[in-house]
Amino acid sequence: MIDVLDGGISTTVQDLGRFGHYHIGVPPSGAMDRFSHEVANALVGNEPDAATLEMTYAGADLRFDEECVVALAGAPMPARLDGEDVPMHEAVRVDAGQELETEFTTEGARTYLAVSGGVDVPEVMGSRSTYTLVGIGGHEGRTLEAGDALSTGENGASPDAVVGNSAPEAHLRDFGKGDALRIVVGLCDYRLTDESREELCDVGWTVTPEADRVGYRLEGPELEFVEREQPFGAGTDPSNVVDVGYPIGSIQLPQKPIVLMRDAVTGGGYATVGTVISADRDLLAQRRTHETVHFESVTVEEALDARRARREALDAIRDALER
Amino acid sequence: MATEYLTASMPGVFYRRPGPDDPSFVEVGDEVSEGDTVGLVGVMKNFHEITAPRDGTVTDILVENESEIEAGRELIELTTDD
Repeated sequence: MIDVLDGGISTTVQDLGRFGHYHIGVPPSGAMDRFSHEVANALVGNEPDAATLEMTYAGADLRFDEECVVALAGAPMPARLDGEDVPMHEAVRVDAGQELETEFTTEGARTYLAVSGGVDVPEVMGSRSTYTLVGIGGHEGRTLEAGDALSTGENGASPDAVVGNSAPEAHLRDFGKGDALRIVVGLCDYRLTDESREELCDVGWTVTPEADRVGYRLEGPELEFVEREQPFGAGTDPSNVVDVGYPIGSIQLPQKPIVLMRDAVTGGGYATVGTVISADRDLLAQRRTHETVHFESVTVEEALDARRARREALDAIRDALER
Repeated sequence: MATEYLTASMPGVFYRRPGPDDPSFVEVGDEVSEGDTVGLVGVMKNFHEITAPRDGTVTDILVENESEIEAGRELIELTTDD
């Protein structure tokens, strides 16, 4: 068991997500920065889909009732195990009764704590991920609080083999604050004026304090829509279209852009003018409030290459580790 | 006399009052008791209370109401008797 002494700001149990229910309005949820989630799991010898704790901005404090192996990945977060510093991206042995204390991230937004065997909560619709808006999955469908207790599973890895595993720096992703996030323009970019379409990838957008697992609301210049006659089935607002499915990562424009993230609504009647590619959604999930985001338009081909490169980096990390 | 600074453990927006029409939680010169709420930080659509860690007097408020702040920012100076 893991006893939660302090839940931090927003700590949830997440795996790779729930699939096959998008059409009935159930978003996938799951780790916002999937790359870091998978790295954390690999370090302790778990499968990629084992559930980790996603800790946002300020982490949780935990007591471990039994011996296990843990690893932190993602945003650098100072942490101590019974007073000893816990390095990032390294598998660390935990003895029964030890306490892990974490502080707030020094950069980035989300840190993943993997524990050998994974966090064992009941699966809901095929996933252990927490979807807090509806209160399903994870631990009681909510963020963790002091007094909660979590079970862990078994992963068959020998602690002696995995302790000391560390992810090769070369393959880790830099949260590179200056890097543009790559987007594929569409589906409804035809609704924007030529100027506004240019502007989308030209200006810096500021992450607002509301940005969360549902959506990253951005602040920037007002984007203009082309004049049109309201089509049958669309709402009256210039940003309304006849209902569309919203891809994960799509940039919807009620007025100010919102990048829809893993807990977002799955369809509706707002124009979505581009989609952040899967490889870069991990990076967006690590942007903090007040930071700036730039978009760069790429082709679907380039997006697929980026996805492949990300997969290869993860494979290289996994191959470098003891199991 | 000892002075300590209450800091934000998360980035967000600092609020000195519980609501737009309410009086501030504290003003400079106010005495506070351990556990008293002295401000809020709003992030991810939630408000997190900043509380006094011990009894003392507010001797400075370092951040304006509704300012954007980074994690670790010093918000309030508290002077205690010990």
